[in-house]
Amino acid sequence: MNKIDSLKKYIVKDVLKLDCGKEISNFPIAYETYGKLNTEKNNGILIFHALTGDQFPCGTNPITNKDGWWSYALGPNKAIDTNKFFVISANVIGGCMGSFGPSSIDPLTNKAYGPNFPVITINDMVNAQNFLLDYFKIKKLFAVIGGSMGGMQVLQFVSNFPNKADVAIPIACTASHSAQNIALNELGRQAIMADSEWNKGNYLDNGISPSKGLAVARMAAHITYLSKKGLQEKFGRKLQERDALKFGFDADFQIESYLRYQGSVFVDRFDANSYLYITRAMDYFDLTKQFNGNLSDAFKGSKTKFFIISFTSDWLYPTTENRDIVIALNAIGADVGFIEITSDKGHDSFLLDVPDFLNAVKNFLNNSYKKIHETRI
Amino acid sequence: MKQEFKIISSLIEKNSKILDVGCGNGELMKYILDNISNNIRGLEISKKNVQACIEKGLTVIEGNAELDLGQFPNKSFNYVILSQTLQAFLKPDEVLRELLRVGKKAIVTIPNFGHWKVRMHLLFKGTMPVTENLPNEWYNTPNLHMCTIKDFVNFCGKREFELTKSISLSGKKVSYINKRNLSFKNLTSELGIFEIE
Repeated sequence: MNKIDSLKKYIVKDVLKLDCGKEISNFPIAYETYGKLNTEKNNGILIFHALTGDQFPCGTNPITNKDGWWSYALGPNKAIDTNKFFVISANVIGGCMGSFGPSSIDPLTNKAYGPNFPVITINDMVNAQNFLLDYFKIKKLFAVIGGSMGGMQVLQFVSNFPNKADVAIPIACTASHSAQNIALNELGRQAIMADSEWNKGNYLDNGISPSKGLAVARMAAHITYLSKKGLQEKFGRKLQERDALKFGFDADFQIESYLRYQGSVFVDRFDANSYLYITRAMDYFDLTKQFNGNLSDAFKGSKTKFFIISFTSDWLYPTTENRDIVIALNAIGADVGFIEITSDKGHDSFLLDVPDFLNAVKNFLNNSYKKIHETRI
Repeated sequence: MKQEFKIISSLIEKNSKILDVGCGNGELMKYILDNISNNIRGLEISKKNVQACIEKGLTVIEGNAELDLGQFPNKSFNYVILSQTLQAFLKPDEVLRELLRVGKKAIVTIPNFGHWKVRMHLLFKGTMPVTENLPNEWYNTPNLHMCTIKDFVNFCGKREFELTKSISLSGKKVSYINKRNLSFKNLTSELGIFEIE
Protein backbone atom coordinates (compact mmCIF):
# COMPACT_ATOMS: atom_id res chain seq x y z
CA MET A 1 0.00 0.00 0.00
CA ASN A 2 2.93 2.34 0.69
CA LYS A 3 3.86 2.25 -2.94
CA ILE A 4 0.40 3.49 -3.91
CA ASP A 5 0.59 6.21 -1.26
CA SER A 6 3.80 7.53 -2.77
CA LEU A 7 2.30 8.05 -6.27
CA LYS A 8 1.91 11.59 -7.60
CA LYS A 9 -1.47 13.07 -6.66
CA TYR A 10 -3.44 16.26 -6.97
CA ILE A 11 -5.91 16.90 -4.17
CA VAL A 12 -9.11 18.41 -5.52
CA LYS A 13 -10.33 20.93 -2.96
CA ASP A 14 -13.48 21.85 -4.85
CA VAL A 15 -16.80 20.12 -4.29
CA LEU A 16 -17.78 17.67 -7.01
CA LYS A 17 -21.44 16.72 -7.12
CA LEU A 18 -21.71 13.16 -8.34
CA ASP A 19 -24.52 11.83 -10.54
CA CYS A 20 -25.73 9.69 -7.62
CA GLY A 21 -26.41 12.90 -5.66
CA LYS A 22 -23.52 12.65 -3.19
CA GLU A 23 -20.88 15.34 -2.99
CA ILE A 24 -17.16 14.75 -2.64
CA SER A 25 -14.31 17.15 -1.95
CA ASN A 26 -10.67 17.02 -0.83
CA PHE A 27 -10.18 13.90 -2.88
CA PRO A 28 -7.02 12.73 -4.65
CA ILE A 29 -6.49 12.22 -8.38
CA ALA A 30 -3.33 10.29 -9.14
CA TYR A 31 -1.73 11.45 -12.36
CA GLU A 32 1.38 11.45 -14.51
CA THR A 33 2.55 13.81 -17.23
CA TYR A 34 4.81 13.24 -20.21
CA GLY A 35 6.51 15.85 -22.37
CA LYS A 36 6.52 19.60 -21.78
CA LEU A 37 3.73 22.14 -21.80
CA ASN A 38 4.74 24.90 -24.23
CA THR A 39 4.55 28.58 -23.31
CA GLU A 40 1.35 29.07 -25.36
CA LYS A 41 -0.13 26.13 -23.40
CA ASN A 42 -1.70 24.82 -26.58
CA ASN A 43 -0.02 21.40 -26.83
CA GLY A 44 -1.82 19.65 -23.97
CA ILE A 45 -3.35 16.23 -24.49
CA LEU A 46 -5.53 14.53 -21.90
CA ILE A 47 -5.67 10.78 -22.36
CA PHE A 48 -8.28 8.60 -20.69
CA HIS A 49 -7.63 5.01 -19.72
CA ALA A 50 -9.82 1.95 -20.13
CA LEU A 51 -11.42 -0.28 -17.45
CA THR A 52 -8.24 -1.74 -15.99
CA GLY A 53 -5.78 0.95 -17.06
CA ASP A 54 -4.09 3.56 -14.90
CA GLN A 55 -2.05 6.76 -15.08
CA PHE A 56 1.01 4.94 -16.50
CA PRO A 57 0.54 4.65 -20.29
CA CYS A 58 4.27 4.48 -21.04
CA GLY A 59 7.56 3.81 -19.37
CA THR A 60 7.67 1.23 -16.60
CA ASN A 61 4.72 1.08 -14.26
CA PRO A 62 6.27 1.44 -10.76
CA ILE A 63 3.64 -0.83 -9.18
CA THR A 64 3.59 -3.69 -11.67
CA ASN A 65 7.12 -3.18 -13.08
CA LYS A 66 5.64 -3.79 -16.53
CA ASP A 67 5.49 -1.58 -19.61
CA GLY A 68 2.74 1.03 -19.60
CA TRP A 69 -0.56 0.05 -21.23
CA TRP A 70 -0.11 2.35 -24.24
CA SER A 71 3.61 1.86 -24.84
CA TYR A 72 3.06 1.29 -28.57
CA ALA A 73 1.12 4.52 -29.07
CA LEU A 74 2.60 6.99 -26.62
CA GLY A 75 6.14 8.22 -26.06
CA PRO A 76 8.94 10.11 -27.81
CA ASN A 77 8.38 9.99 -31.62
CA LYS A 78 5.42 7.64 -31.18
CA ALA A 79 1.88 8.23 -32.52
CA ILE A 80 1.20 10.50 -29.55
CA ASP A 81 4.60 12.16 -29.59
CA THR A 82 5.76 13.31 -26.16
CA ASN A 83 8.58 15.29 -27.78
CA LYS A 84 5.87 17.48 -29.19
CA PHE A 85 2.90 17.22 -26.88
CA PHE A 86 2.32 17.54 -23.14
CA VAL A 87 0.33 14.47 -22.13
CA ILE A 88 -1.68 14.29 -18.93
CA SER A 89 -2.84 10.87 -17.80
CA ALA A 90 -4.90 10.36 -14.65
CA ASN A 91 -6.27 7.37 -12.82
CA VAL A 92 -10.08 7.53 -12.88
CA ILE A 93 -11.98 8.04 -9.66
CA GLY A 94 -13.22 4.64 -8.56
CA GLY A 95 -9.82 3.24 -9.58
CA CYS A 96 -7.13 1.70 -7.39
CA MET A 97 -3.90 3.41 -8.48
CA GLY A 98 -4.04 6.29 -6.04
CA SER A 99 -7.15 8.18 -7.14
CA PHE A 100 -10.19 8.40 -4.90
CA GLY A 101 -11.66 4.89 -4.96
CA PRO A 102 -13.20 2.13 -2.88
CA SER A 103 -9.77 1.16 -1.49
CA SER A 104 -9.19 4.75 -0.25
CA ILE A 105 -9.32 5.18 3.51
CA ASP A 106 -12.42 6.86 4.89
CA PRO A 107 -11.09 9.43 7.43
CA LEU A 108 -14.23 9.02 9.53
CA THR A 109 -13.76 5.30 10.13
CA ASN A 110 -10.06 4.86 9.29
CA LYS A 111 -11.12 1.91 7.15
CA ALA A 112 -11.34 1.46 3.39
CA TYR A 113 -14.60 2.81 1.92
CA GLY A 114 -15.28 -0.54 0.29
CA PRO A 115 -18.99 -0.89 -0.47
CA ASN A 116 -19.68 2.53 1.08
CA PHE A 117 -17.92 4.22 -1.80
CA PRO A 118 -20.47 6.16 -3.87
CA VAL A 119 -21.49 4.73 -7.24
CA ILE A 120 -19.68 6.81 -9.84
CA THR A 121 -20.30 7.41 -13.54
CA ILE A 122 -18.26 8.21 -16.65
CA ASN A 123 -19.52 11.78 -16.25
CA ASP A 124 -18.13 11.91 -12.69
CA MET A 125 -14.75 10.57 -13.87
CA VAL A 126 -14.51 13.23 -16.57
CA ASN A 127 -15.55 16.07 -14.28
CA ALA A 128 -12.98 14.96 -11.70
CA GLN A 129 -10.15 14.90 -14.26
CA ASN A 130 -11.16 18.32 -15.54
CA PHE A 131 -9.88 19.78 -12.24
CA LEU A 132 -6.38 18.79 -13.35
CA LEU A 133 -6.63 21.26 -16.23
CA ASP A 134 -7.22 24.10 -13.76
CA TYR A 135 -4.17 22.92 -11.86
CA PHE A 136 -2.05 23.10 -15.02
CA LYS A 137 -3.78 26.37 -16.01
CA ILE A 138 -4.71 24.89 -19.40
CA LYS A 139 -7.71 26.72 -20.84
CA LYS A 140 -7.93 24.62 -23.96
CA LEU A 141 -6.39 21.24 -24.66
CA PHE A 142 -5.10 20.30 -28.06
CA ALA A 143 -6.59 16.80 -27.82
CA VAL A 144 -8.57 14.36 -25.76
CA ILE A 145 -7.88 10.72 -26.65
CA GLY A 146 -8.96 7.37 -25.29
CA GLY A 147 -9.94 3.84 -26.24
CA SER A 148 -12.78 1.67 -24.94
CA MET A 149 -13.95 3.23 -21.64
CA GLY A 150 -11.38 5.93 -22.40
CA GLY A 151 -13.30 6.67 -25.61
CA MET A 152 -16.53 7.02 -23.63
CA GLN A 153 -14.75 9.60 -21.47
CA VAL A 154 -13.64 11.44 -24.61
CA LEU A 155 -17.27 11.67 -25.78
CA GLN A 156 -18.46 12.78 -22.35
CA PHE A 157 -15.65 15.32 -22.06
CA VAL A 158 -16.52 17.05 -25.35
CA SER A 159 -20.18 16.99 -24.39
CA ASN A 160 -19.49 18.55 -20.98
CA PHE A 161 -16.86 21.01 -22.21
CA PRO A 162 -17.75 21.71 -25.86
CA ASN A 163 -14.81 23.96 -26.65
CA LYS A 164 -12.10 22.74 -24.35
CA ALA A 165 -10.31 20.54 -26.90
CA ASP A 166 -9.27 21.25 -30.49
CA VAL A 167 -9.54 17.60 -31.47
CA ALA A 168 -11.06 14.45 -30.00
CA ILE A 169 -10.17 10.84 -30.81
CA PRO A 170 -12.62 8.30 -29.37
CA ILE A 171 -11.33 4.82 -30.23
CA ALA A 172 -13.15 1.47 -30.21
CA CYS A 173 -16.00 2.70 -28.04
CA THR A 174 -19.71 3.37 -27.94
CA ALA A 175 -22.05 6.19 -26.98
CA SER A 176 -24.32 3.78 -25.16
CA HIS A 177 -23.42 0.54 -23.38
CA SER A 178 -25.32 -2.29 -25.06
CA ALA A 179 -27.22 -5.13 -23.39
CA GLN A 180 -24.37 -7.45 -24.38
CA ASN A 181 -21.81 -5.10 -22.78
CA ILE A 182 -23.85 -4.94 -19.58
CA ALA A 183 -24.32 -8.72 -19.58
CA LEU A 184 -20.58 -9.33 -19.86
CA ASN A 185 -19.84 -6.88 -17.05
CA GLU A 186 -22.49 -8.47 -14.86
CA LEU A 187 -20.82 -11.85 -15.41
CA GLY A 188 -17.60 -10.41 -14.01
CA ARG A 189 -19.30 -8.76 -11.07
CA GLN A 190 -21.18 -11.92 -10.13
CA ALA A 191 -17.92 -13.89 -10.22
CA ILE A 192 -16.43 -11.44 -7.70
CA MET A 193 -19.48 -11.35 -5.47
CA ALA A 194 -19.77 -15.15 -5.51
CA ASP A 195 -16.31 -15.41 -3.94
CA SER A 196 -16.90 -15.83 -0.18
CA GLU A 197 -13.86 -13.65 0.49
CA TRP A 198 -15.63 -10.70 -1.10
CA ASN A 199 -17.49 -10.44 2.20
CA LYS A 200 -20.04 -7.95 0.83
CA GLY A 201 -17.18 -5.70 -0.15
CA ASN A 202 -15.59 -5.46 3.30
CA TYR A 203 -12.60 -7.67 2.58
CA LEU A 204 -9.74 -5.15 2.88
CA ASP A 205 -10.25 -4.66 6.63
CA ASN A 206 -9.84 -8.39 7.16
CA GLY A 207 -6.71 -8.61 5.05
CA ILE A 208 -8.34 -10.89 2.48
CA SER A 209 -9.50 -10.41 -1.07
CA PRO A 210 -11.81 -12.19 -3.52
CA SER A 211 -8.94 -13.01 -5.82
CA LYS A 212 -10.55 -16.18 -7.25
CA GLY A 213 -13.67 -14.30 -8.26
CA LEU A 214 -11.68 -11.37 -9.62
CA ALA A 215 -9.48 -13.74 -11.64
CA VAL A 216 -12.55 -15.37 -13.22
CA ALA A 217 -13.95 -11.90 -14.02
CA ARG A 218 -10.68 -11.00 -15.72
CA MET A 219 -10.57 -14.29 -17.65
CA ALA A 220 -14.09 -13.79 -19.00
CA ALA A 221 -13.40 -10.17 -19.90
CA HIS A 222 -10.10 -11.05 -21.54
CA ILE A 223 -11.90 -13.32 -24.02
CA THR A 224 -14.05 -10.36 -25.09
CA TYR A 225 -10.94 -8.30 -25.85
CA LEU A 226 -9.69 -10.82 -28.43
CA SER A 227 -11.15 -12.08 -31.69
CA LYS A 228 -12.04 -15.66 -32.52
CA LYS A 229 -9.55 -15.64 -35.37
CA GLY A 230 -6.83 -14.13 -33.19
CA LEU A 231 -7.36 -16.78 -30.51
CA GLN A 232 -7.41 -19.58 -33.07
CA GLU A 233 -4.19 -18.40 -34.69
CA LYS A 234 -2.36 -17.86 -31.43
CA PHE A 235 -3.54 -20.94 -29.52
CA GLY A 236 -5.66 -23.18 -31.71
CA ARG A 237 -6.00 -26.50 -29.87
CA LYS A 238 -2.35 -26.53 -28.85
CA LEU A 239 -1.64 -28.43 -25.65
CA GLN A 240 0.13 -26.95 -22.64
CA GLU A 241 3.47 -28.63 -21.97
CA ARG A 242 2.09 -32.10 -22.67
CA ASP A 243 1.84 -34.49 -25.60
CA ALA A 244 -1.65 -35.81 -25.00
CA LEU A 245 -4.85 -34.98 -23.17
CA LYS A 246 -4.70 -35.91 -19.46
CA PHE A 247 -8.42 -36.70 -19.02
CA GLY A 248 -8.76 -34.23 -16.16
CA PHE A 249 -9.44 -30.60 -15.45
CA ASP A 250 -5.93 -29.22 -15.33
CA ALA A 251 -5.03 -26.77 -18.06
CA ASP A 252 -4.62 -29.22 -20.95
CA PHE A 253 -4.89 -26.48 -23.56
CA GLN A 254 -2.63 -23.48 -23.96
CA ILE A 255 -5.59 -21.12 -24.05
CA GLU A 256 -6.66 -22.37 -20.60
CA SER A 257 -3.21 -21.82 -19.20
CA TYR A 258 -3.03 -18.38 -20.81
CA LEU A 259 -6.34 -17.26 -19.32
CA ARG A 260 -5.43 -18.61 -15.87
CA TYR A 261 -2.17 -16.67 -16.05
CA GLN A 262 -3.99 -13.48 -17.12
CA GLY A 263 -6.38 -13.91 -14.18
CA SER A 264 -3.62 -14.55 -11.66
CA VAL A 265 -1.47 -11.54 -12.56
CA PHE A 266 -4.48 -9.26 -12.64
CA VAL A 267 -5.47 -9.86 -9.01
CA ASP A 268 -2.07 -8.67 -7.86
CA ARG A 269 -2.63 -5.22 -9.30
CA PHE A 270 -6.35 -4.61 -9.23
CA ASP A 271 -8.88 -4.10 -6.46
CA ALA A 272 -12.05 -6.19 -6.78
CA ASN A 273 -14.33 -3.37 -5.58
CA SER A 274 -12.80 -1.01 -8.14
CA TYR A 275 -13.71 -3.59 -10.76
CA LEU A 276 -17.31 -3.54 -9.56
CA TYR A 277 -17.54 0.25 -9.46
CA ILE A 278 -15.86 0.92 -12.80
CA THR A 279 -17.84 -1.70 -14.72
CA ARG A 280 -20.98 -0.18 -13.21
CA ALA A 281 -19.93 3.26 -14.46
CA MET A 282 -19.54 1.80 -17.96
CA ASP A 283 -22.95 0.12 -17.80
CA TYR A 284 -24.59 3.38 -16.76
CA PHE A 285 -23.01 5.18 -19.71
CA ASP A 286 -25.67 6.21 -22.19
CA LEU A 287 -24.84 9.57 -23.74
CA THR A 288 -27.80 9.24 -26.09
CA LYS A 289 -30.18 9.00 -23.15
CA GLN A 290 -28.48 11.93 -21.41
CA PHE A 291 -29.70 13.95 -24.38
CA ASN A 292 -33.22 12.51 -24.52
CA GLY A 293 -32.53 10.06 -27.29
CA ASN A 294 -30.70 12.42 -29.64
CA LEU A 295 -26.95 11.81 -29.56
CA SER A 296 -26.33 14.75 -31.90
CA ASP A 297 -27.46 17.13 -29.16
CA ALA A 298 -24.53 15.94 -27.01
CA PHE A 299 -22.16 17.71 -29.43
CA LYS A 300 -24.25 20.66 -30.53
CA GLY A 301 -22.27 23.88 -30.51
CA SER A 302 -18.92 22.10 -30.18
CA LYS A 303 -16.18 23.15 -32.57
CA THR A 304 -14.05 20.14 -31.69
CA LYS A 305 -12.73 18.18 -34.65
CA PHE A 306 -13.47 14.46 -34.24
CA PHE A 307 -11.57 11.45 -35.51
CA ILE A 308 -13.30 8.18 -34.76
CA ILE A 309 -11.52 4.84 -35.10
CA SER A 310 -12.87 1.28 -34.94
CA PHE A 311 -11.38 -2.15 -35.65
CA THR A 312 -12.74 -4.85 -37.96
CA SER A 313 -12.45 -7.70 -35.44
CA ASP A 314 -13.71 -5.78 -32.37
CA TRP A 315 -16.97 -7.44 -31.37
CA LEU A 316 -17.16 -5.75 -27.96
CA TYR A 317 -17.54 -2.23 -29.37
CA PRO A 318 -18.08 -3.05 -33.05
CA THR A 319 -17.75 -0.69 -36.00
CA THR A 320 -21.52 -0.15 -36.19
CA GLU A 321 -21.55 1.41 -32.71
CA ASN A 322 -18.60 3.66 -33.53
CA ARG A 323 -20.27 4.59 -36.79
CA ASP A 324 -23.39 5.66 -34.88
CA ILE A 325 -21.26 8.41 -33.32
CA VAL A 326 -20.09 9.47 -36.80
CA ILE A 327 -23.71 9.58 -37.99
CA ALA A 328 -24.76 11.71 -35.01
CA LEU A 329 -21.93 14.14 -35.69
CA ASN A 330 -22.64 14.35 -39.43
CA ALA A 331 -26.27 15.09 -38.66
CA ILE A 332 -25.20 18.41 -37.12
CA GLY A 333 -22.48 19.15 -39.67
CA ALA A 334 -19.67 18.60 -37.17
CA ASP A 335 -16.11 18.13 -38.37
CA VAL A 336 -15.67 14.35 -38.22
CA GLY A 337 -13.37 11.80 -39.79
CA PHE A 338 -13.68 8.05 -39.47
CA ILE A 339 -11.65 4.96 -40.28
CA GLU A 340 -12.15 1.28 -39.58
CA ILE A 341 -8.75 -0.36 -39.15
CA THR A 342 -8.26 -3.92 -40.40
CA SER A 343 -6.94 -6.04 -37.54
CA ASP A 344 -7.40 -9.61 -36.23
CA LYS A 345 -6.47 -8.54 -32.72
CA GLY A 346 -10.00 -7.78 -31.55
CA HIS A 347 -10.95 -4.99 -29.17
CA ASP A 348 -7.41 -4.96 -27.77
CA SER A 349 -6.10 -3.72 -31.15
CA PHE A 350 -5.92 -0.15 -29.85
CA LEU A 351 -3.37 -1.25 -27.21
CA LEU A 352 -1.23 -3.33 -29.56
CA ASP A 353 1.27 -2.83 -32.36
CA VAL A 354 -1.17 -2.19 -35.21
CA PRO A 355 0.76 0.06 -37.64
CA ASP A 356 -2.28 1.24 -39.65
CA PHE A 357 -3.89 2.44 -36.42
CA LEU A 358 -0.75 4.07 -35.04
CA ASN A 359 -0.01 5.82 -38.34
CA ALA A 360 -3.56 7.16 -38.60
CA VAL A 361 -3.37 8.63 -35.08
CA LYS A 362 0.08 10.09 -35.67
CA ASN A 363 -0.87 11.68 -39.00
CA PHE A 364 -4.13 13.04 -37.68
CA LEU A 365 -2.54 14.61 -34.59
CA ASN A 366 0.45 16.10 -36.39
CA ASN A 367 -1.58 17.47 -39.32
CA SER A 368 -4.27 18.88 -37.03
CA TYR A 369 -1.74 20.55 -34.77
CA LYS A 370 0.02 22.04 -37.77
CA LYS A 371 -3.23 23.34 -39.19
CA ILE A 372 -4.58 24.77 -35.94
CA HIS A 373 -1.45 26.09 -34.23
CA GLU A 374 1.44 26.28 -36.67
CA THR A 375 -0.17 28.00 -39.64
CA ARG A 376 1.95 30.98 -40.54
CA ILE A 377 0.17 34.24 -41.09
CA MET B 1 -2.93 17.97 -61.37
CA LYS B 2 -5.43 16.35 -63.67
CA GLN B 3 -7.21 18.71 -66.06
CA GLU B 4 -10.51 17.30 -64.80
CA PHE B 5 -9.73 18.47 -61.27
CA LYS B 6 -8.79 21.94 -62.48
CA ILE B 7 -12.17 22.29 -64.16
CA ILE B 8 -14.05 20.99 -61.11
CA SER B 9 -12.16 23.43 -58.88
CA SER B 10 -12.98 26.32 -61.19
CA LEU B 11 -16.70 25.63 -60.72
CA ILE B 12 -16.54 25.99 -56.94
CA GLU B 13 -17.08 29.28 -55.14
CA LYS B 14 -14.60 30.33 -52.46
CA ASN B 15 -15.22 29.21 -48.88
CA SER B 16 -18.19 27.02 -49.73
CA LYS B 17 -18.92 23.77 -47.92
CA ILE B 18 -17.98 20.73 -49.99
CA LEU B 19 -18.34 16.95 -49.85
CA ASP B 20 -16.19 14.87 -52.20
CA VAL B 21 -17.90 11.49 -52.64
CA GLY B 22 -15.42 8.78 -53.57
CA CYS B 23 -12.55 11.17 -52.89
CA GLY B 24 -9.84 8.59 -53.64
CA ASN B 25 -6.41 9.50 -52.30
CA GLY B 26 -7.53 13.08 -51.71
CA GLU B 27 -5.69 14.80 -54.57
CA LEU B 28 -8.64 16.99 -55.53
CA MET B 29 -9.61 17.67 -51.91
CA LYS B 30 -6.09 18.76 -51.06
CA TYR B 31 -6.06 21.23 -53.96
CA ILE B 32 -9.44 22.65 -52.99
CA LEU B 33 -8.43 22.82 -49.32
CA ASP B 34 -5.24 24.75 -50.12
CA ASN B 35 -6.74 27.08 -52.73
CA ILE B 36 -10.50 27.41 -52.52
CA SER B 37 -12.15 26.35 -49.28
CA ASN B 38 -11.03 24.77 -46.02
CA ASN B 39 -14.52 23.45 -45.41
CA ILE B 40 -14.19 20.23 -47.37
CA ARG B 41 -14.51 16.60 -46.43
CA GLY B 42 -14.49 13.29 -48.23
CA LEU B 43 -16.30 9.98 -48.25
CA GLU B 44 -14.17 7.05 -49.42
CA ILE B 45 -14.67 3.29 -49.50
CA SER B 46 -11.04 2.15 -49.73
CA LYS B 47 -9.13 1.93 -46.45
CA LYS B 48 -5.85 2.55 -48.23
CA ASN B 49 -7.18 5.75 -49.75
CA VAL B 50 -8.64 6.85 -46.40
CA GLN B 51 -5.16 6.51 -44.87
CA ALA B 52 -3.69 8.50 -47.77
CA CYS B 53 -6.21 11.29 -47.08
CA ILE B 54 -5.39 11.33 -43.36
CA GLU B 55 -1.72 11.59 -44.29
CA LYS B 56 -2.55 14.71 -46.30
CA GLY B 57 -4.37 16.21 -43.31
CA LEU B 58 -7.81 15.86 -44.93
CA THR B 59 -11.07 15.12 -43.16
CA VAL B 60 -12.35 11.83 -44.52
CA ILE B 61 -15.01 9.35 -43.53
CA GLU B 62 -14.61 5.72 -44.50
CA GLY B 63 -17.91 4.67 -46.02
CA ASN B 64 -19.95 3.61 -49.00
CA ALA B 65 -21.79 6.31 -50.93
CA GLU B 66 -24.68 3.95 -51.62
CA LEU B 67 -25.23 3.36 -47.89
CA ASP B 68 -23.80 6.34 -46.06
CA LEU B 69 -25.06 9.50 -47.75
CA GLY B 70 -28.31 9.17 -45.79
CA GLN B 71 -26.68 10.49 -42.59
CA PHE B 72 -26.08 13.97 -44.03
CA PRO B 73 -28.92 16.47 -43.59
CA ASN B 74 -30.73 18.05 -46.55
CA LYS B 75 -28.72 20.71 -48.41
CA SER B 76 -25.91 20.57 -45.86
CA PHE B 77 -23.23 21.19 -48.51
CA ASN B 78 -22.90 23.87 -51.19
CA TYR B 79 -21.32 21.34 -53.53
CA VAL B 80 -21.17 17.58 -53.64
CA ILE B 81 -18.52 16.24 -56.00
CA LEU B 82 -18.66 12.84 -57.68
CA SER B 83 -15.67 12.28 -59.94
CA GLN B 84 -15.85 9.32 -62.37
CA THR B 85 -17.63 7.10 -59.89
CA LEU B 86 -21.30 7.22 -60.90
CA GLN B 87 -20.92 4.31 -63.30
CA ALA B 88 -19.59 2.06 -60.52
CA PHE B 89 -22.69 2.20 -58.34
CA LEU B 90 -25.38 -0.46 -58.16
CA LYS B 91 -28.08 2.19 -58.34
CA PRO B 92 -26.60 5.34 -59.91
CA ASP B 93 -29.99 7.03 -60.19
CA GLU B 94 -30.54 6.78 -56.43
CA VAL B 95 -27.02 8.01 -55.65
CA LEU B 96 -27.58 11.02 -57.91
CA ARG B 97 -30.84 11.81 -56.13
CA GLU B 98 -29.03 11.59 -52.79
CA LEU B 99 -26.25 13.90 -54.01
CA LEU B 100 -28.84 16.52 -54.87
CA ARG B 101 -30.62 16.09 -51.55
CA VAL B 102 -27.40 16.52 -49.54
CA GLY B 103 -25.88 19.25 -51.72
CA LYS B 104 -27.30 22.43 -53.15
CA LYS B 105 -25.34 21.60 -56.28
CA ALA B 106 -23.69 18.44 -57.50
CA ILE B 107 -20.64 18.29 -59.75
CA VAL B 108 -20.57 14.95 -61.56
CA THR B 109 -18.00 13.74 -64.05
CA ILE B 110 -18.45 10.69 -66.27
CA PRO B 111 -16.10 8.86 -68.61
CA ASN B 112 -17.84 9.04 -72.00
CA PHE B 113 -18.58 5.65 -73.55
CA GLY B 114 -19.65 7.47 -76.71
CA HIS B 115 -16.15 8.80 -77.47
CA TRP B 116 -15.05 7.89 -81.01
CA LYS B 117 -12.09 5.82 -79.81
CA VAL B 118 -14.42 3.67 -77.74
CA ARG B 119 -16.81 3.27 -80.66
CA MET B 120 -13.97 2.40 -83.06
CA HIS B 121 -12.53 -0.09 -80.63
CA LEU B 122 -15.78 -1.99 -80.43
CA LEU B 123 -16.52 -1.63 -84.14
CA PHE B 124 -13.17 -2.77 -85.50
CA LYS B 125 -11.65 -4.92 -82.76
CA GLY B 126 -14.97 -6.39 -81.66
CA THR B 127 -13.79 -6.53 -78.06
CA MET B 128 -14.82 -4.45 -75.05
CA PRO B 129 -13.09 -1.06 -75.22
CA VAL B 130 -9.99 -0.46 -73.11
CA THR B 131 -8.82 3.16 -73.18
CA GLU B 132 -6.94 5.67 -71.02
CA ASN B 133 -10.11 6.63 -69.15
CA LEU B 134 -11.45 3.06 -69.16
CA PRO B 135 -8.32 1.07 -68.38
CA ASN B 136 -9.92 -2.19 -67.18
CA GLU B 137 -10.88 -5.37 -68.99
CA TRP B 138 -14.53 -6.46 -69.08
CA TYR B 139 -13.93 -9.04 -66.32
CA ASN B 140 -12.29 -6.75 -63.80
CA THR B 141 -13.89 -3.40 -64.43
CA PRO B 142 -15.59 -1.76 -61.44
CA ASN B 143 -17.92 -0.03 -63.88
CA LEU B 144 -21.38 -1.54 -63.77
CA HIS B 145 -23.34 1.18 -65.55
CA MET B 146 -21.34 2.78 -68.34
CA CYS B 147 -23.10 5.55 -70.21
CA THR B 148 -22.43 8.14 -72.88
CA ILE B 149 -22.68 11.91 -72.43
CA LYS B 150 -25.90 11.76 -74.44
CA ASP B 151 -27.31 9.07 -72.16
CA PHE B 152 -26.50 11.19 -69.13
CA VAL B 153 -27.99 14.38 -70.55
CA ASN B 154 -31.17 12.51 -71.53
CA PHE B 155 -31.32 10.87 -68.10
CA CYS B 156 -31.05 14.21 -66.29
CA GLY B 157 -33.76 15.63 -68.53
CA LYS B 158 -36.13 12.79 -67.69
CA ARG B 159 -35.47 13.10 -63.95
CA GLU B 160 -35.81 16.90 -64.10
CA PHE B 161 -32.27 17.41 -62.83
CA GLU B 162 -31.20 20.78 -64.15
CA LEU B 163 -27.80 20.81 -65.87
CA THR B 164 -26.52 24.29 -65.08
CA LYS B 165 -23.12 23.66 -66.65
CA SER B 166 -22.10 20.95 -69.14
CA ILE B 167 -18.43 20.77 -70.05
CA SER B 168 -16.59 18.52 -72.46
CA LEU B 169 -13.00 17.48 -71.91
CA SER B 170 -10.92 15.90 -74.63
CA GLY B 171 -7.25 15.63 -73.86
CA LYS B 172 -6.54 19.12 -72.57
CA LYS B 173 -9.25 20.67 -74.70
CA VAL B 174 -12.18 22.16 -72.80
CA SER B 175 -15.46 23.16 -74.44
CA TYR B 176 -19.11 23.59 -73.54
CA ILE B 177 -21.81 21.12 -74.38
CA ASN B 178 -25.21 22.43 -75.46
CA LYS B 179 -28.33 20.99 -77.07
CA ARG B 180 -27.14 21.74 -80.60
CA ASN B 181 -23.67 20.25 -80.37
CA LEU B 182 -24.61 17.32 -78.11
CA SER B 183 -24.24 14.57 -80.74
CA PHE B 184 -20.88 15.95 -81.84
CA LYS B 185 -19.55 16.39 -78.30
CA ASN B 186 -20.76 12.90 -77.55
CA LEU B 187 -18.31 11.74 -80.20
CA THR B 188 -15.34 13.93 -79.26
CA SER B 189 -15.43 14.13 -75.44
CA GLU B 190 -13.41 11.77 -73.32
CA LEU B 191 -15.00 13.13 -70.18
CA GLY B 192 -18.20 14.99 -69.38
CA ILE B 193 -18.27 17.39 -66.42
CA PHE B 194 -21.69 18.51 -65.22
CA GLU B 195 -22.95 20.92 -62.63
CA ILE B 196 -26.42 19.83 -61.57
CA GLU B 197 -29.09 21.43 -59.42
